[in-house]
Amino acid sequence: MRLKFTVYSHGFNKVAWENAERVPMNKPGSIQLPQTVLSERTQAAEPVVEAIKPPSIVRSFLQSKSSGKVADGTFWGLMIVCALSIFLIVLLILSVLVVNSKLSIHTFGWKFFTSSSWDPNSGDFGALPFIWGTVVSSLLAVCMAVPLALCVSIFLLEICPLWLRGPIAFLTELLAAIPSVIYGLWAIFILVPIMRDNVGPVLQKYLGWTGFFGGSNFGVGMLTASVILAIMIFPVISSISRDVMKAVPIHQREAALALGATRWEMIRMSVLRNARIGIVGSVILGLGRALGETMAVTMVIGNHPDISKSLFAPATTLASVIANEFSEATGDLYLSALIEIGLALFLVTIVVNGIARLLVWAVTRGNTARAA
Amino acid sequence: MGVDIHVENLNAWYGQTHTLKDINLQIPANHATALIGPSGCGKSTFVRCLNRMHETNPIARAEGTVRIGDIDIYKDASPVEIRRRIGMVFQRPNPFPTMSIYDNVASGLKLNGFRNKRVLDEVVERSLKSAALWDEVKDDLKKKSGASISGGQQQRLCIARALAVDPEVLLMDEPASALDPVSTAKIEDLIFELKSQYTIVIVTHNMQQAARVAENTGFFLTGTLVEFGKTHKIFTNPSDKRTEDYITGRFG
Repeated sequence: MRLKFTVYSHGFNKVAWENAERVPMNKPGSIQLPQTVLSERTQAAEPVVEAIKPPSIVRSFLQSKSSGKVADGTFWGLMIVCALSIFLIVLLILSVLVVNSKLSIHTFGWKFFTSSSWDPNSGDFGALPFIWGTVVSSLLAVCMAVPLALCVSIFLLEICPLWLRGPIAFLTELLAAIPSVIYGLWAIFILVPIMRDNVGPVLQKYLGWTGFFGGSNFGVGMLTASVILAIMIFPVISSISRDVMKAVPIHQREAALALGATRWEMIRMSVLRNARIGIVGSVILGLGRALGETMAVTMVIGNHPDISKSLFAPATTLASVIANEFSEATGDLYLSALIEIGLALFLVTIVVNGIARLLVWAVTRGNTARAA
Repeated sequence: MGVDIHVENLNAWYGQTHTLKDINLQIPANHATALIGPSGCGKSTFVRCLNRMHETNPIARAEGTVRIGDIDIYKDASPVEIRRRIGMVFQRPNPFPTMSIYDNVASGLKLNGFRNKRVLDEVVERSLKSAALWDEVKDDLKKKSGASISGGQQQRLCIARALAVDPEVLLMDEPASALDPVSTAKIEDLIFELKSQYTIVIVTHNMQQAARVAENTGFFLTGTLVEFGKTHKIFTNPSDKRTEDYITGRFG
């Protein structure tokens, strides 16, 4: 039995190594291992493939290349220009909005944002009902879209049979590609009657006491606009949150499963927890799209500048009033007020996004959560 | 206290690949059992079959009888029940990065609805002490995230997390292969300590590790169990030529 039950047992003759005569190390090539040390190893291993000699054409090619300084510098400059152009575009938009709404800003001052009268005939303009309509319809839409979108992403990633994943994912992404005017048309012909005849009465009966579902219901109004917005932003939230959840490493899922987690507990513990920042990011993107959405909303919201508690009541948004009235705006003040509405939309978007980011920061503060 | 594991005619597949072929094996309670073999020989698949983690891959399936204690895990219980009784430590440390060290250790208990704060505190302390991590982390149990400690500490945290649910069996799939020698030595000492209380099955590429920690060793090759027996015998006097070739480094 020649095997020794020690660390050195495979292919290394320790005794021979220790007894070997050492040659001084200062001469090049002077390290000579005694044959006995290597004997077992060289016999055991297959003959090594003869070292490939690098063909000189490769070396001369590589050495003839320039240092790359110019290429790197150009690349750097190009990237800086692209990055700075973002600032430039935002500044240009902001300045155009401010310059063109100067008349309205001078006439109404801060009152523009707190007044709720909109009377082109007497030249009295206030943006509050529009801001209200934009913010409320978008938030409602997000509230409806997020649970749906998350359920679809979780279903696709964790539960759905493999053969069904492709088709559902494809259809979800197709929804994002449909032009908004098509959504508007569909809403007018299908969604509005459903909201008027089926959904509305039920809500009124069971939730009428809250006051949010009072008054007459024509099917056209804040609630219908929110529903169509929810349908429109759902694919964005769903596909981004799915990508984020997919990026949660498999070993995180296994960690939860190995502890005896059920499928849902695993999703909650590993998937949602690790992906939460990315999920919030997808919601912010969806919210941004909802805030700026114009066409479909204009077609079903009723376009009435009024702040009403009832979600059945017609309302309007910043974007839809611009779309509706810009072509018929007569008079400098009217035009200027509409442009200031645009400025208000710009600011609302910034403020809402800012609040959302603040929320993310507050939730993850002091935590090393990664954005997956 | 640990329990015995009896494996009869276990077969496993990944898609069309037959990764485990008719494995028959008896793993004794309260001992460490090492599984060695070249990459892709099925030893990881084997341990994943012992707590039904193998089937979490949609294309994977397993057939056969695995009795842990007195339950047949493929017949008498759901995967969730099985995994609650069997702890597992993976090759890559996988603490939950969004949880504190404390929450990581308590996660298995909290998952099952255990809320008694005083007992939780005790269990966390005891588990971290068993995993030889308590002294290093006791001051920032709730301040530091599970991912902010070093790799070796993370792996011991994962061991503590597995121990917190008081499992009967502890499966370790190359627990030290991603760690430096010092951390590896700590993990090995730990296995040595723990094996009096748990049945430990450890997959390893490192034969010295198998020799140091395990009483029994199994050698896997291309999906079959070539040889199983006392570690000392496997390493000094293997009965199969292929085992001898592998442990002397002739291949693999």
